[in-house]
Amino acid sequence: MTISANVKYTKDHEWVRMDGDIATFGITDHAQEALGDIVFVELPEVGREVEAGEAYAVVESVKAVSDVYAPVAGEVIEVNEELEGEPEKVNTDAFGAGWIAKVKVIGDGPVELMTDDEYNTFLEE
Amino acid sequence: MSVSDMNDTAFKYSATNGIQHEEALLFEHAHDAAESIHLPGVKGDMPNALAVFARQNPAGIPGLSEPETVRHFVRLSQWNHGIETGFYPLGSCTMKYNPRVNEQVARLPGLAHIHPDQPEETVQGALELLYEVQQWLGEVSGFPHVTLQPAAGAHGELTGLMMIRACLDARGETERRTVLVPDSAHGTNPASAALCGMHTVELKSGPDGRIDLDVLKAHLNDGTAALMMTNPNTAGAFESDVKEICQLVHDAGGLVYGDGANLNALVGVARPGDMGIDCLHINVHKTFATPHGGGGPGAGPVAVNETLAPYMPVPRIVKDADAYALQGNVGTSVGSVLGSIGQSGVYMRANAYISAFGREHLHKIAQDAVLNANYILHRLKDAYHVPFDGVCKHECLLTDEIQNRHGVKTLDIAKQLIDLGFHPMTVYFPLIVHGAMLIEPTETESRETLDNFCDAMLEIAAQCEAGDTDALHEAPVKPFRRRLDETQAARKPVLVWPA
Repeated sequence: MTISANVKYTKDHEWVRMDGDIATFGITDHAQEALGDIVFVELPEVGREVEAGEAYAVVESVKAVSDVYAPVAGEVIEVNEELEGEPEKVNTDAFGAGWIAKVKVIGDGPVELMTDDEYNTFLEE
Repeated sequence: MSVSDMNDTAFKYSATNGIQHEEALLFEHAHDAAESIHLPGVKGDMPNALAVFARQNPAGIPGLSEPETVRHFVRLSQWNHGIETGFYPLGSCTMKYNPRVNEQVARLPGLAHIHPDQPEETVQGALELLYEVQQWLGEVSGFPHVTLQPAAGAHGELTGLMMIRACLDARGETERRTVLVPDSAHGTNPASAALCGMHTVELKSGPDGRIDLDVLKAHLNDGTAALMMTNPNTAGAFESDVKEICQLVHDAGGLVYGDGANLNALVGVARPGDMGIDCLHINVHKTFATPHGGGGPGAGPVAVNETLAPYMPVPRIVKDADAYALQGNVGTSVGSVLGSIGQSGVYMRANAYISAFGREHLHKIAQDAVLNANYILHRLKDAYHVPFDGVCKHECLLTDEIQNRHGVKTLDIAKQLIDLGFHPMTVYFPLIVHGAMLIEPTETESRETLDNFCDAMLEIAAQCEAGDTDALHEAPVKPFRRRLDETQAARKPVLVWPA
C-alpha cells in the first residue's frame, strides 16, 4: 500500500490535491485495497456543485458499492471519463490515473484534512 | 469421483456435483429442422390495425424438440446446489427448508385455480385463509394491522416508507425527508428510501456492532423522517437499546421502520410492536418457510400500529360477521401497491406452516434457529475471529482475521467449502467488519449436519495453521465450474448471443 505525500486526506479515505483554486479528488490506495477489484465508477456531472462531505461519486467493487465524499466544496469542472471503460485504474494507480473528478473550489475550503503522516497514523489506529 | 476418493471424508461431506458435461446454450443446440411447436398460419388477411405490427423477420427462436428443451434445463439444474442437495448456511438470507406439505396445500384446486378478480362471494375460503394469515402476522409481530399486498421484502420497505411519508405529510411536516440507516443495514433500506423520494444518512455502528445512541442522537433533528432498524441486526446481534432508540426517534418527531428480515429469531418470543417500532415488514420466506422469490412470486407483508393505519394500501381484507370482503376506498390510503390483494399462493403456504406449529409451538422456530447459530459459533470461536462478543441470535458472524496471517481470505474459505460439499456462508457482508463470514444454519438442520459443517470449517482453519494453503487458493476443484472470475464478469459481462 502506498501513501502519497503530495495530497491531503479525509477520514473516509479520499484524497485531494490542490493546485491554485482547482482541486483533484480520488480515493486512497488503502481504500481501493479494502474494496477489492473496482468494476464501475459512477462519475458526477460536469457543472454540478458539491458540498464538502457530500457524496459526489460511487465506486462499485465485486464486494460492495460505496459513496465517495467530496473533501472540499466546489463546482465539478472535469471528470475522469477513462474510468468508464477502465475502472481498474483506481486499483492500479489510485493517486494518479485513478483520479475521479476535478472541481473549482468554492468557499473557505476544507474543514478537516490530514497530511500523509497524519493519515498513516490514522490508518494504524 | 473416483473410487479411491470415496473414503470417510467423501461420505461425511456429501453433496452432488451433478453430471460433469459441458452444456451448450439453447441457441447453440438449435437445429431449425425440428421445431417443437408448429403454430398455424394466419387465416385470411390480418386486420389493418394490426398489420403495422406484423413481424418482418424470423424471431430467431431456437428450433428444438420438447425433449431436447427439457433435457437442456434439467442438465443445467444438475450443476446447481439447493437446499434439497445440501446445507445452505447463507447468512441474512435464511435458506430454510420448505416443508412439502405446504406445497400440497397451496396446490389444492380451490386455492390454486381461482382468479384475483373473481367475485368475493365465490372465494370466501381463500379470503378466510388470507385473513387468518393477516391476523396471525399481526399477533406474532405485535401490531394491530397488516397489509398482505407487497410482493417482496424490499417492496414492503417501500410501502412502509410511503405510509410514513404520508403520515408526516398529514402532520404538515413535509420537510422531514431524512431516513437514518445504520451502516450494518441491508442494502435495500437506502434504496427504498431513495425510491420513496427521501435521502439517507448512514449511522456508524458502535464498537459492539449495535446502534450507537450518541451517534443516533447527533443525527436526529427536525429533518428526520424515520430510522430504519433491523432487529436482530445483520451482525446477528439483538439491538438491546431498542426501546430507548424508538423513544429518541419519536421525541425528535420521526417514526421507526423495522426491517423484519430477521423476525425468525424472535417469532413467538418477542414482538417488534411491543418495542416501540411503528411499522415492520416481514419476509414470509424467511420466517414462515415459503419458497424464496428469486424473481417468482414473493411476499413482504407490512404490519403497522394505529399511527400508520390510515395510510395502509387498499384493498384491505376485512371480516364482517362471517363474511370476508375487500375494502377498497379509504381516502387517506397510499393506494394500491400491487395489482391484487397479495401473492395468495405464498400466503397459503405460510398459513399451512403457522397452522402446523400452532400458537403453542411457534416459538420453537426462533429457539432452535438461535440455538443452532450459537452451536456453530461455540464450535468455531477459537479457530476463527469473532468480531463481537456474546451470544448471537439466528446467525453468527466470523471474520478471516486469523487466516489472513496465512494469506487466506474469506473468499478462499468459501470456495473450499464448496469442495467439501457445502454452500458457502454469506461473505463480505455486513460491511462493518473486514472479511465478514455470516453463517445462518436455520432451525431445520440436525446436529449431525451442523457438526459436519463445523468439522469442515475447522479442517480449513487447520490447513491454514499448517501452512497448507495452496489448495485453498485453487478451490473449488470439484464442481463443474471452478473459481469464476467475478471481476471480469462485472467489468466485461457477455449478455447477448451471439457474443
